[in-house]
Amino acid sequence: MPENPTLVPALEISGLTKRFGEKLAVNAVDLTVPRGSFFGLVGPNGAGKTTTLSMATGLLRPDAGTVSVHGLDVWSNLVEAKKRIGVLSDGVRLFDRLTGLQLVTYAGLLSGMDRAVVAERAADLLELFDLDAVSGTLVVDYSAGMTKKIALACALIHAPQLLVLDEPFESVDPVSGANIRDILHGFVESGGTVIVSSHAMDLVQRMCDHVAVIADGRVLASGTTDEVRGSSTLEDRFVELVGGRRHGKGPEWLRIS
Amino acid sequence: MVLGTVYGMFMLFLVVVGLLFLSSAPDSLGRTVSVVGGAILVLGWTFLPLLSSGIDETVDPARLATFPIPITTLLLALAVSGVLGVPGIITTLAALATSLVWWQTPLIAIVALLCAAIGALTCVVGSRMLAALTVRISSGRRAREAKTVLVLIPLLLLGPAILALSTLFRELRTVLPIIADVVAWTPFGAIWAVPGDLAIGRPGTAVLHALIGIGTLIAATVVWRWALDRALERPATSTSFSRTQRGLGWFAIFSGTPTGAVAARALTYWARDPRYAQSLISVPLVPAIVFFYSGASGDLSGLLFVGPIVAVLLGMSIYTDVSYDNTAFSLHLQSGVSGRADRWGRVIAVSVFALPTTIILTVASVWVSDSWERLVGMLGISLGLFITGLALSSLVSGRFAFAVPAPGDNPFKSRPGGGFTLMLSMFASWTALALLALPEMVLAIIGFATFNQSLGWISLAVALVLGGTLLIIGVRWGGKLLDDNGPEMLVQLQRQK
Repeated sequence: MPENPTLVPALEISGLTKRFGEKLAVNAVDLTVPRGSFFGLVGPNGAGKTTTLSMATGLLRPDAGTVSVHGLDVWSNLVEAKKRIGVLSDGVRLFDRLTGLQLVTYAGLLSGMDRAVVAERAADLLELFDLDAVSGTLVVDYSAGMTKKIALACALIHAPQLLVLDEPFESVDPVSGANIRDILHGFVESGGTVIVSSHAMDLVQRMCDHVAVIADGRVLASGTTDEVRGSSTLEDRFVELVGGRRHGKGPEWLRIS
Repeated sequence: MVLGTVYGMFMLFLVVVGLLFLSSAPDSLGRTVSVVGGAILVLGWTFLPLLSSGIDETVDPARLATFPIPITTLLLALAVSGVLGVPGIITTLAALATSLVWWQTPLIAIVALLCAAIGALTCVVGSRMLAALTVRISSGRRAREAKTVLVLIPLLLLGPAILALSTLFRELRTVLPIIADVVAWTPFGAIWAVPGDLAIGRPGTAVLHALIGIGTLIAATVVWRWALDRALERPATSTSFSRTQRGLGWFAIFSGTPTGAVAARALTYWARDPRYAQSLISVPLVPAIVFFYSGASGDLSGLLFVGPIVAVLLGMSIYTDVSYDNTAFSLHLQSGVSGRADRWGRVIAVSVFALPTTIILTVASVWVSDSWERLVGMLGISLGLFITGLALSSLVSGRFAFAVPAPGDNPFKSRPGGGFTLMLSMFASWTALALLALPEMVLAIIGFATFNQSLGWISLAVALVLGGTLLIIGVRWGGKLLDDNGPEMLVQLQRQK
């Protein structure tokens, strides 16, 4: 183990590659996420964000490349690495026939925690996410935003050092979104590291101190948010990097008057 | 749809031919057949759509709520559309065909035509009434799930029912007229009895039956109008927060280890997920079906098969457990729970109720068939099959995901392409199960044949020791496979999504 903890990145990805049939989904991606950073991963649909994050968290086996979390190689120390990572996956189901409380408890017990600790933390998390009123309701009956929040609670219960969140703000109402951001900021201030993937450039620019732009399975730019965006907004910089912007106002008949 | 129409036409043809033949039979027979047939028609129309969840969703009141249509117009339109649909036309024609029975006495035939029209209309109004009444109840997730399970029971009982009916048919000549007489006084059969009453010279009864029939139609229309009005004014929205539960449920009872957590979760799903209920329902049905068939042949020793059959079904019931989890399984992967804990948890959950069930059913079958000398051997066979089944499914479900209905889907929905693979691997696994459990089965059967009780005891011992060893191997091997191939398993599951 390296001596100086601040020098070891929270997440270090090098040469990560994944091919699905003909398509090269992730093409030799290198990414360094410094410890204690709030890291935004942005890219168009199908850019390889979810695939990259799945490989980084030990959920999808890479074809090539290495991933290490706090200096620990993920794919040769799966169980140990997973204890350090909290994951919110996009587009996977939850065990939604459990109540909210049961689901969070389940996540805690699965990672081998003591029952008393799980009970205490589950209560804290449900209160933190304003879910204590519906803790006895089946998750299948939750709204989309509540479902995101309970999934986030599941990702947090084992007190990970690194949080990897795929589209955490999708379909979350503004108030809950702001609450979640506060919680994440608090987590970063206390020394944790957060990686979020998002489409919302505005949000990423305001929220994240580091950002990487990814498209077609490659990293186009990476660094602190200010470095990447330069003098323009992140959105403009993103469009410039990724391309594909159309100019023009659409057909004549679409213009009223 | 085309197939349904052809089938309907064929049925109609049969009905017309049958009714024509009846016209030369005694009047009382014609009456009996039209009353029973008509009552079945009305009952079927009224209650079948309720179970088959949304045969006619285009006129679901909840969907019509957004359109500004006056209630009376809507009522009329819905009734007409019901009569003019394919089932409506065929029903109407079949009903009108009942007048053929009385063609030799034209006056009664005309009355029969009128009554048939009322009867057919009652069918349509009845089904619309119940649809409007239940729109609030049947739109929730729970109701939808309950219905899918309810449909299964008559389907599985069809075999015994046909058997029971066929024995009944022998005495049908005496029983059916009595049934018809009773049914003729109910709202479902009254109107159909009127022509027959006239034919056998009971005009007073005919008037009473006609009044009941017409009253039924009016009452159904009034109730329908009221229910539709109510449904349109307060459209049913998805009823969320329907049920809450305090505390942790099974999670508080099982140990606070990963294994205990998996067991608690799995057991919760056994109770809450209709896909699991589908396999649970076989537990009461297998004895019922076997009892009917063996009862029909008069030899109750067939009941001895109940224990082993249920044991196999329950032992193999966790075969598709990971597939049922669908991508929710990623939580197991994220938390780094060991494959062995995952396997044991699922085995423990199913054993909690399946082990007592297997034992009780085995003992009960021995008791009913009065063959106590076979008890120990039968326990050997049943427990051997159950434990070995658990071992096999723990191994196989640790490596393969099958195409099964997704969470929340109809449990009877078959996924394209997957059914065959599942059947093939099931067949292979059943063969393997038969081979692995062969020692205890052979021992017990030799014991039965030679009336040697001690062979039964040896069979039981082999079942527990050999089965237990196989279970440990199956769980460890399956757990190892899961540990090594967890990510690949998730990819397989994502394809099923």
